[in-house]
Amino acid sequence: MGLALLVIIWLITFFSTYFFAAKTWWLPNGVSTAAPWIDSQFGLTYLLMGIVFVAAQGALGWLVWKYRDRPGAGPVRYSHGNTTLEALWTGLTAILFIGLNLMGSHVWASERFAPAQAGAVPVEVTGMQFAWYFRYPGPDGKYGRTEASLMDPSAGSEGAVGLDSADPAAKDDVVTGTMYLPVNREVDLSLRAVDVIHSFFVPSFRFKQDAVPGLDIHMHFTPTQIGEYEIACAELCGLGHYKMHGMVHVVSQEDFDKWLAAREAEK
Amino acid sequence: MVAQDAHAHAAPQGFVRKYIFSLDHKVIGLQYFFLALAAVFVGMFLSLLMRVHMIWPTAVLPLVGEIKPETYLQLLTMHGTIMVFFVLTTAPQSGFGNYFLPIQIGAPDMAFPVLNMLSFWTTFVAFVVILAAFFVTGGAPLHGWTGYAPLSALPSAGPGEQLGADLWITSIAIFCVASLMGALNFITTTLDLRAKGMTMFRMPLTCWAWFITAILGLLAFGVLLSAGILLLLDRNLGTSFYVPLVVVNGQVMGHKGGSPLLWQHLFWFFGHPEVYIAILPGMGVASQLLSTFARKPIFGYKAMVYAIMAIAILGFVVWGHHMFMSGMSPYSAFAFSIMTMCIGVPSAIKTFNWLGTLLHARIRFQTPMLYAIGFVSLFVSGGLSGPFLAQPVLDIPLHDTAFVVGHFHLIMGVAAIFGMFAGTYYWVPKMFGRMMNETWGRVHFVLTLVGTYCIFMPMHYLGMAGQPRRYSQFTELAYLQHLLPLNQFITYAAIVTIGAQFIFVINLFWSIFKGPKASDNPWEATTLEWTTATPPPHDNFGGHTPVVYHGPYEFSVPGAPKDYVMQTDPAGVAAH
Amino acid sequence: MATFSSTVSTQVPKIGQGGGDRPPHIRDGGGDGGRGDGFPDYGRRLRRARLGLAVAIAPIVMLFVSFTSAYIVRQGLPTFDERSSTYVREWIPVNLPLALLLINTGLLLASSITAEMARRQITRQAALAPVRSIPGVSLGQETGFPWLAVTLVLGGGFLTGQWMAWRELADRGFYLATSASSSFVYLLTATHAIHLAGGILVLLYAAGTSLLHKPVEARRVVVDVTAWYWHFMFLLWVYVFALLWFLR
Repeated sequence: MGLALLVIIWLITFFSTYFFAAKTWWLPNGVSTAAPWIDSQFGLTYLLMGIVFVAAQGALGWLVWKYRDRPGAGPVRYSHGNTTLEALWTGLTAILFIGLNLMGSHVWASERFAPAQAGAVPVEVTGMQFAWYFRYPGPDGKYGRTEASLMDPSAGSEGAVGLDSADPAAKDDVVTGTMYLPVNREVDLSLRAVDVIHSFFVPSFRFKQDAVPGLDIHMHFTPTQIGEYEIACAELCGLGHYKMHGMVHVVSQEDFDKWLAAREAEK
Repeated sequence: MVAQDAHAHAAPQGFVRKYIFSLDHKVIGLQYFFLALAAVFVGMFLSLLMRVHMIWPTAVLPLVGEIKPETYLQLLTMHGTIMVFFVLTTAPQSGFGNYFLPIQIGAPDMAFPVLNMLSFWTTFVAFVVILAAFFVTGGAPLHGWTGYAPLSALPSAGPGEQLGADLWITSIAIFCVASLMGALNFITTTLDLRAKGMTMFRMPLTCWAWFITAILGLLAFGVLLSAGILLLLDRNLGTSFYVPLVVVNGQVMGHKGGSPLLWQHLFWFFGHPEVYIAILPGMGVASQLLSTFARKPIFGYKAMVYAIMAIAILGFVVWGHHMFMSGMSPYSAFAFSIMTMCIGVPSAIKTFNWLGTLLHARIRFQTPMLYAIGFVSLFVSGGLSGPFLAQPVLDIPLHDTAFVVGHFHLIMGVAAIFGMFAGTYYWVPKMFGRMMNETWGRVHFVLTLVGTYCIFMPMHYLGMAGQPRRYSQFTELAYLQHLLPLNQFITYAAIVTIGAQFIFVINLFWSIFKGPKASDNPWEATTLEWTTATPPPHDNFGGHTPVVYHGPYEFSVPGAPKDYVMQTDPAGVAAH
Repeated sequence: MATFSSTVSTQVPKIGQGGGDRPPHIRDGGGDGGRGDGFPDYGRRLRRARLGLAVAIAPIVMLFVSFTSAYIVRQGLPTFDERSSTYVREWIPVNLPLALLLINTGLLLASSITAEMARRQITRQAALAPVRSIPGVSLGQETGFPWLAVTLVLGGGFLTGQWMAWRELADRGFYLATSASSSFVYLLTATHAIHLAGGILVLLYAAGTSLLHKPVEARRVVVDVTAWYWHFMFLLWVYVFALLWFLR
């Protein structure tokens, strides 16, 4: 049975590690400025944890085979432990875990501790059961007022977010169901939710943030490649959670300006 | 003539007093055990339906019919709730703990037998209430076992969120009270009823685990109760603890100013200690069995005790790691993440010590030991995905994906369950006087170990690829389509693994009635339950109180006549 | 050297050890140590019950800690007001009926004092019980002041007073769902009242068992633990009152 255990444990370890190493199913291509940083921290964690995983499972498998009870096995080494060894591996583990965390903390700090820089593209994302709406403040740079009592999802995008058309600042607001962004420009995102908690998740941007009712959460990111990227809702929000998706179109600055102008003209 | 004592220790007469409203901790432990067994089959059935729906969303299943998106979420919510509360918090702690804590410390019963009986029946009522949620109008709630507000606080936010959600909260509140009663008993018993010579540092690690787990429960369940009370008030009496101004389906709700994050803080302040409540008893059992079947003392007993304490204490200051993406302050997130990495340290110590116990040992591979070894493997696997999630910046791509589901299932859904399997195969001979079948035990072990790895390891790959959790189907997102074959593989593995569990149940019940008779100490173990008759008499030790002379891991002591020295054996080992 | 060796063999009477050469039956676990003749060890039981109470108080404290942290955070929490697109703080201090609440506090304080008197009274009675049981000894009728009954009345008075305070709050326009602040007032005071009512039920049980002639030592354990619980309920009330008044 010792040998069987060794084989089973080592095979499980081998197959698990293989699929990680071969990246058979892997993170989607990262297309934001944060992505390389996040991916490199991910890679470091995964390498270190992978080594620990193989070492620990390998040791377990080997130990249960080598020290199986059989005629001719050596005597048991009676021991209650080794304090020096305990101190040593406690210290090393602490250094490994805490060190790893501290190494990634500068990425977190740059993502979250500082607000968007001046000149970032302002976009407001509103989540509701079960759709995303995107609002651009227009040439005046100010978001118009929204009112809960004006919210009517059946009345188009502006109705869905409850835009108060009486507010002058709202006149140039563009509300759409698809998100357009200019490439290589930082986005100053405002996240809101109308009913329950949703989460704005764009895997390709390595971006995720919960949209919480009662809060207006500011985040920033910078897309770096032109293309179309899917948005998934990443917080259970009701029966339509699985189909609450959207699309981000990252286009050139020129195309973005043209698109926005066309939307303004439609109003 | 010894005067008869009118105290509860007189053996009860009559079927009802003996088996239904028994005050005997052994009967109560078995009641909890069988409740959990029923619950785990309900929970497994729910997960089977979930897995089938995920890969065949339009299938119409026998018995249950078509599974609509909301049905999937209802199955998911009830699966999580039933498994976490009625299986993982019940069997390892209230089941085995109730049966064996008093015996292992040399006591005739728990400190408060009547309270013990009440705590079981309160748990039973909670179970009935939660099952009732399936049968009311609207059905079971769909807000997940984590019940985030405002989804859980607004009856109009989805099907099942009316009476079903109220029943869900009520059941959990009742369960809180039952758990607190149980924790009270465990703590008082451990502190006050130890036999002569049974110092705290001579207790088996199972007892330490049950004791510390009870302390965790004592401090955590009150907070869950408070969260549930506030939720019931928001839902039914118009308060706004959790709900700000919201609009559902175009209707403005009457709430204002509440904070959804308050629910998350309160829930996870309970929720994180809860996952340690689920795993610590399994760790205790693993330590006990690894030492016993390796015929070698546990490596670093004191370090193991301090590690359990460290895990418990740190377990109270890491709850924010469930909330990195919630809108919580990023500075708090950083603090929580450092504490979370710290909690990996005592867990690692325990793993090293388990491996150290096997070094230079003579390992016997009876079924309980197989599960203990499996526990270590699973704990390593599930634990090592933790450092990914503990870093907020890596949590960005991984939060709320299948990666998290794989992580917590490997730890709670498999390792903890292996602790229960190990305990069952180990203690059935003492509880029922019969051995379980070894061959079928091995078959069950191999199928379950391989099967659960096949189910939950791939979920890490799915999560990295961006597959969100709690999605009833993956038909809507293009980037998920290439993951369908892997999802199908997981479902097939789940079907086989769930099927394999019937081997365990059949083995269990068949052995209880027809298994080969067991001796009083078939495993040649050292702790107090193996010194007494099989099954133990009503007062556990047949009229005499044991006296303890050494610790619980005196195996292969140089110079001793046998390769084990029982704790109650006055001859032998130098005092420690 | 002359030695004085006494070969007097003393017969020490063995209490309750029947059965000749069998080892003595010591039933420790159920609190039957001590006299070893099957007589329950009430001293042990009292210690165990007090330990149980100390443990039981921890989750009650956690419940109120939980409510307190929700209270404090909510008080300072700004919510996003979409009309002004800014965060605003809206906390309306509740107009508490201070005089009434102070009277209730006085009632509860008095009940704590009477509960303590009841506890000491029954402790004395329990101490004297073995003396009373010696045949031929008469200590006279014990007609003590009914401290327990007075405690029950005062406790009931407190709960009545709390009910009146809620009515007064409603008259002042503060219902459960009126504002966050009023929600917390009702929540905290009602949770305390429910726990106090539990204490009242146990005291009723203690009073009832005296009518059923349960042994005084057993009743002493119940009254002792309940009295300590009662003191805790008083301190908890002081805390809740102080929180709601000074941090309104």
